[in-house]
Amino acid sequence: MADKPKLVKCLVWDLDNTLWRGTVLEDGEVEFPEEIRDVIIALDSRGILQSIASKNDYDLAWEQLEKLGVAEYFVHPAIGWGRKSDSVRDIADKLQFALTTIAFIDDQPTERAEVNYSHPEVRCYPAEDALKLTGLPEFTPEFVTEDSRRRREMYQAGFRRDAEKETFNGPDEDFLRSLELVMAVKRADEVDLTRVEELTLRTSQMNATGVHYSDATLRALLTDPDNEVITVTLADRFGPHGAVGVLLLEYHDALWHLKLLATSCRVVTFGAGSVLLNWLVDEAAQAGAHLVADFRPTDRNRMMDIAYRFAGFTEEPCDCLADLPALAEADRDVKRLHLVADRRPGATTMTVTAPALAADRAVRAGARA
Amino acid sequence: MTAEQTELTAGEIEKGLRGHLDSVLNTAVEPDQDLFKSGLVSSMFAMQLVVHLEETYDIAIIGADLKLDSFRTVQAMTELVLRLRAAAAGADA
Repeated sequence: MADKPKLVKCLVWDLDNTLWRGTVLEDGEVEFPEEIRDVIIALDSRGILQSIASKNDYDLAWEQLEKLGVAEYFVHPAIGWGRKSDSVRDIADKLQFALTTIAFIDDQPTERAEVNYSHPEVRCYPAEDALKLTGLPEFTPEFVTEDSRRRREMYQAGFRRDAEKETFNGPDEDFLRSLELVMAVKRADEVDLTRVEELTLRTSQMNATGVHYSDATLRALLTDPDNEVITVTLADRFGPHGAVGVLLLEYHDALWHLKLLATSCRVVTFGAGSVLLNWLVDEAAQAGAHLVADFRPTDRNRMMDIAYRFAGFTEEPCDCLADLPALAEADRDVKRLHLVADRRPGATTMTVTAPALAADRAVRAGARA
Repeated sequence: MTAEQTELTAGEIEKGLRGHLDSVLNTAVEPDQDLFKSGLVSSMFAMQLVVHLEETYDIAIIGADLKLDSFRTVQAMTELVLRLRAAAAGADA
């Protein structure tokens, strides 16, 4: 890991004599090499966002980008007369990316020096390197999934969503309903797990329950009838949020053991964790099973703790806990939160599609008998 | 922290909480009104309430105190705040 350079999450382009040849203000017409278009499209498909820091007339430059058919590829473009170090900082702030994940490409050594003077952690490339970028390891993510290919689209949907939220005047729950959220809960396959793995690697901010299961472990459990590996995706009328959660459940006779529940911090404000828990509690209730959730408190998963408690989980003892294997020495700080499952009404803020765990389990038990 | 700063009455807490709820829910709530039953607040809002109480009243709400019933009414929240502040003051003394 140490010798592998940190992935670039956003590349900031200069325009004149970098993205295109010529100076749009002076020449009027500029030449746009098809090879540059290919680079833009390739980086976009790898899930690397792209932006612009150009000293230019905004309207003129943007019109040119639209004419070339590449305007849609850029998020938060900074086209104006300010310092480029400020533009790069603004772009990183708006995307909530660390500067260590930002790259900047410009034909002017002084501009690169100016950006690096304020932000030594930003990686700067001269314009003549543009065609080499796609071959560099820092622009080559290990996984390229459906979500990476749609990342820009997801960010752009996010901007529109945020803009709408700012102007929305009313209770949060009404706003949530206006989003027309659809949560798809499904049994995972190999492809789904790769998306989850990519999400954890990228953000390292999964609102995990503090208990870690490796990708290999989860993959091995995909075909185990006593375990369910479940992934969660979310979409709304602005577009997809992509894979936002993963859940690992093991069936015992009298209880369902929730060994892992992780949801992306991006969807915490939508109450996704609570909706998911309520669905699971309702399924367990239909099967007449208690629910036990492993939970290791960390400084990052407080919201998950609150979601468990408000869903009714407690630390009170129950006989059913004797069915579970003892915790390993390394997991002694893991709490086993317990709940006698009861039927729950469906979510009021989103549409949920999910497998019928209890019914499927009953069918399998019937087949065995 | 001096005794004067820590001394908050039930009435003051109740008033503060109702003011907070009025402003975020855009409607007046009664001290004994069931906030969840009346459909006023979602469980997500309840989570924000936890954080609000902790920050406003300088308390930590953890473990068994983190249950929906403690946040069901203004009265229940007031009791929770008073109890946790008293416990914290007792521990400091």
